[in-house]
Amino acid sequence: MTKNPILIVEDLTKRFGSGEQEVSVLKGIDLTIAAGEMVALLGPSGSGKSTLLNILGTLMRATGGRHEMLGTDLFAASDAERTRFRSTRLGFVFQFHHLLSDLSALENVMMPAAAAAGRETHAMRERAKDLLDAVGLADRRDYRPAAPSGGQRQRVAVARALINQPALVLADEPTGNLDRESSDRVMELLLSLNGETQTSFLISTHDEYIAARCHRRLNILDGKMLEGRAER
Amino acid sequence: MPLYALKLAIRHLLAHRGQTSLLVAGVALGVSVFVFMSALIGGLAELLTARTVGSIPHIVLEAAEHGPQSSWGGDAAQIVRQKDLGRRDQIPVWEPLIEVIERTPNVTAVSPQIAGGAFIERGQAVEPVSVVGVMPDRLTAIADIAGAIVSGGGDLPPDGILVGSRLADDLDLRVGQVIRIASDRGRSRSLRVQGIFTLGIGSADRQTAYVNFTAARALFDLLTGVTRIEIKVSPATRADGIAAQLHRSTGLDAIPWTRENSQLFEGLDAQARTGLIIKTFALVTIVVGIASAMLLSIARRQAEIGIMRAMGASKTLVVTIYLIEGTLLGVAGGLMGASLAWLALLPFPPVDDVQVGALPIDRAQGDFLLAILLTSLAAMLASLLPARRAAQIDPVDAIGT
Repeated sequence: MTKNPILIVEDLTKRFGSGEQEVSVLKGIDLTIAAGEMVALLGPSGSGKSTLLNILGTLMRATGGRHEMLGTDLFAASDAERTRFRSTRLGFVFQFHHLLSDLSALENVMMPAAAAAGRETHAMRERAKDLLDAVGLADRRDYRPAAPSGGQRQRVAVARALINQPALVLADEPTGNLDRESSDRVMELLLSLNGETQTSFLISTHDEYIAARCHRRLNILDGKMLEGRAER
Repeated sequence: MPLYALKLAIRHLLAHRGQTSLLVAGVALGVSVFVFMSALIGGLAELLTARTVGSIPHIVLEAAEHGPQSSWGGDAAQIVRQKDLGRRDQIPVWEPLIEVIERTPNVTAVSPQIAGGAFIERGQAVEPVSVVGVMPDRLTAIADIAGAIVSGGGDLPPDGILVGSRLADDLDLRVGQVIRIASDRGRSRSLRVQGIFTLGIGSADRQTAYVNFTAARALFDLLTGVTRIEIKVSPATRADGIAAQLHRSTGLDAIPWTRENSQLFEGLDAQARTGLIIKTFALVTIVVGIASAMLLSIARRQAEIGIMRAMGASKTLVVTIYLIEGTLLGVAGGLMGASLAWLALLPFPPVDDVQVGALPIDRAQGDFLLAILLTSLAAMLASLLPARRAAQIDPVDAIGT
């Protein structure tokens, strides 16, 4: 039993289509993540990694099972409740940075908080500055996404994921588009932020090197979970 | 919510200046057409109305007509009272009515008149005329006779007469000449031509003569009454309602100008409807243009919208961003179009000074504010469908995770 769990998933299933066309992508996933834990999720393409991340991020609803986070039953919650939960308790880092091209780096970092509040505040701006400092981009605050390098853009995306002080950051192949050097920098950054903020991370990756640096690794294969503990 | 949505909307519009400028220019063009059509149709209506009713009374009050009347006069006997053709229809007690009429809202001028048929004789030549006896101080109350004088002056002493220029040509009359005039009541007088006028209305210039009230009384053998009271109102288009009101307050027959000019009214109405259709098409063009441009924009920004939704942006925020973008395009295009139209209409002279063959443009009827308001509203409505579509974007599909 994981101590102090923030996320509990039991017998989670996800099916697409119906009748003869029905495809079962997740087939009874059990998973818990503790506060401050950094977990790697490994599996081949088509194993169900992205679907699981989408469900855990409330971007997609499971077909069945238990999905509870911080005491909230996200399986039963309404769309509006899930949107609110997502905006305050979850952070996302994607393989492609997906920064808004019309906003500066600082404004991109503030975006999730401002979207939830309906306006930008001084406190948000200060926190976004701190986060950009933390990811080593203090001098890139006013840059538009087109200007910085791929690694820098991904670091902005990491800072953006943390603006709302989420309990869990879901990272889907966060280094998948980066060269080894940039990949290492981003991973170092995630590890240090995890240590400093006690934010939990679930990182989907193909990279064994990345998985080896996490507290724990989960292997998913054909929609089923095979759990194992990583050495650090 | 609106503050942040406003920031994102403005940021997006400014970040894509080329597309934004094209859209604003398109909206501005539609607004210019709207304003131009409003000014042209309004000006044309004003010109036609002014030309038609400028020199005619808007309402004429006459004695209620009493035709033949029948009544039963005992057993099986019917009494038929014929109309007295020997007496002129007149308003016997008219002076107290003048004050009542002048106090009526929208009435701008009142002229009691003694009018009748007569013949002007000069040598062997005889021409029929319609003689109008007016109070000298109310000569220009209905038609601007003094302003239309082309020879002589506009004074009207008891022995003076003003004649139309065509009549003067026909009889070879000049100012200062004395002519003899015989009324249909068998009375005649000698009068001196004081002035010759050209109103631009064929019937008036050929067949109308103005004489002093006193001379008219003698000519038409009318000691106390008047034959009619002519009235001007503003605006002339409300003459029908005011005529009905005057009929109730005076008991006289009140005839508005529209009764004699219904074809003009129908023409103006058809013209206004045509203009409305053109203006509606201009608005529809704006709506279609903005809606299609925004749908394209949404297709291009699908991933960004998806990421905002994934980061917790509500559907309401997404809808608000697009509604604001559409409205801003409408307001900017509306202001620019109205300004351009205003500048483009500047060289056009006022309707009163318009030359034959030129466009009668009335800038005051350009509906500038209405155009801006309607365009902004139309742009907002045009962005509603794209905005709702944007809010329905599934973050998972859009991001492609």
